[in-house]
Amino acid sequence: MASLARRRATDYTVKAISVGFAALSLVLLAWILWTLVARGLPALGPHVFTKITAPPGAGGGLLNAIVGSLIQIGVALIIGTPIGLMCGTFLAENGRGTQVGNAVRFVNDVLLSAPSILIGLFVYQILVVPFGGFSGWAGAIALAIIIIPVVVRTTEDMLNLVPIGLREAAFALGAPQWKVVTFITWRAGRAGIVTGILLAIARAAGETAPLLFTSLGNNGWSLSLDAPMASLPIAIYQYAASPFEDWVALAWAGALIITVGVLTLNILSRLVLAKMK
Amino acid sequence: MDATLSGRQAGTGLIAARKPTGRVSDPVFVGILWTSGIVVLLLLGLIIAMLFEGGLPAIQEFGLSFIWSTTWNPVTEVFGAGVMVFGTVFSAVIAVIIALPLSFGIAFFLTEIAPGPLRRPIGVAIQLLAAIPSIIYGMWGFFVIVPLMAAYVQPPLIEWLGPLPLIGALFQGPPLGAGMLTAGLIMAIMILPFITAMFVEVLESVPPMIKESAYGVGATTYEVYRNVSVPYGRTAMVGAVMLGLGRALGETMAVTFVIGNATRMSASLFAPGATIASTIANEFPEASTGSLKLQSLLELGFILFVISFIVLALSRLLVRSRLKG
Repeated sequence: MASLARRRATDYTVKAISVGFAALSLVLLAWILWTLVARGLPALGPHVFTKITAPPGAGGGLLNAIVGSLIQIGVALIIGTPIGLMCGTFLAENGRGTQVGNAVRFVNDVLLSAPSILIGLFVYQILVVPFGGFSGWAGAIALAIIIIPVVVRTTEDMLNLVPIGLREAAFALGAPQWKVVTFITWRAGRAGIVTGILLAIARAAGETAPLLFTSLGNNGWSLSLDAPMASLPIAIYQYAASPFEDWVALAWAGALIITVGVLTLNILSRLVLAKMK
Repeated sequence: MDATLSGRQAGTGLIAARKPTGRVSDPVFVGILWTSGIVVLLLLGLIIAMLFEGGLPAIQEFGLSFIWSTTWNPVTEVFGAGVMVFGTVFSAVIAVIIALPLSFGIAFFLTEIAPGPLRRPIGVAIQLLAAIPSIIYGMWGFFVIVPLMAAYVQPPLIEWLGPLPLIGALFQGPPLGAGMLTAGLIMAIMILPFITAMFVEVLESVPPMIKESAYGVGATTYEVYRNVSVPYGRTAMVGAVMLGLGRALGETMAVTFVIGNATRMSASLFAPGATIASTIANEFPEASTGSLKLQSLLELGFILFVISFIVLALSRLLVRSRLKG
């Protein structure tokens, strides 16, 4: 066994390195945020929110991309939230300990971390090819598939926190399961369910890869879900890789908007959760 | 008296009301719950089936050697996944190698060193790294990290380590900035929060009693961490690392920006390369419907799905088995 002084020295060194690593990760976060602010803020102006994308030098904005993103996320939520909520409830209420429940939970965990670009390819295969073109619908459904596992996971986790006694009390009064779930379990786990939805929105807002081959992007003004639809991440992708200075500046402005939005949603969801607990 | 009576009345009322509502609506409600469960179950199968079906013509054309063939030539229409499979695994392994020691350190900091009031805010800040969208990492990597790598990191490494035997092969080529190492570095930052969060969760589940026993015989904080806490949670921690690996394998946007997108194979850390995901993102727009190229890209997607599925399934198995026992 090494001498005490040496063991103390090792302990001290490892602690110092650990503190250094933790500091490093905070520095990285600050660095990324600072880059976004330093490059995005100067490019941010009213035109970003009032004008649609335009050729380089024509002074365009990102209005169509922002609206397109909001529409696709909205439709994705309308499709994905009920399925996710129901599936999460199934896992917490009916699927506990059953083989089907375990299989669903396993599949959901895989979907949660599965490469999002493959979701895009999948939707391309089932919607874009058969229906003859890229569309806002395809983009929204790709985002819905991204959203579902997030909602399932948080719903299940949160409903599991609801005391069994509450359910038993309701059942003992003779309430049918739908009443127990909707009036007791969901109500008790409300804050958690909201958290899941907020996190799902945050996740969907930044996803680029699943939209590449589904809604494709659109440089004009279009609100039709049947046509290719612009989105903020796709516009950023297109602009950031371009050789035009004003496009790159717009990409940074868009990046700042998305990041602020996503981080706000994340912090908000944590606050909701902290309140619940 | 009054209260009990009304309570009893309410109770009988509920039971009376139960029959008409429950009999029809409950099977419907339970049916909806089961259906949504099955939908999610089928979704994964459907994704695999569609990718397999879409890529089938490519496998029929090139045979199973598609998986390891290193030719990717859109002009002569000869395609093989070898370079991308290599790039996917290589860059993801680099990411894990960089992220692992960081996660060990940060988890140690968060569970043992940080003063109580600081733990949560710092933990949350590190988790925010996971919330930043992939494309933002891509832009930051492309505009900030790539120039730094090209100017300050790669030239000295090439000069000092390049001439060495064996490991010298890793440090060859011009300092382009973009390449495997840069992609791995960016992905390391992205998977770091996932691995760290699971490490912390596992370490916090270590029974205080066994840690205290070690402290009792005079072990230092680090010795307890290394010899008690980490061995206790080993299985789940391996699972956490696999989760990080799985995430890195499928990472698309960040990699597309910084890997250099060259469909050539090279052992050098600095050589531009391609991953399956970055190739799909880059080449899809140039592939027309029904073309052999598109089918090859779909087959690439299928291969990526199979690789990620195996890694993620293994990760989950390891994490869950630990949490159960």
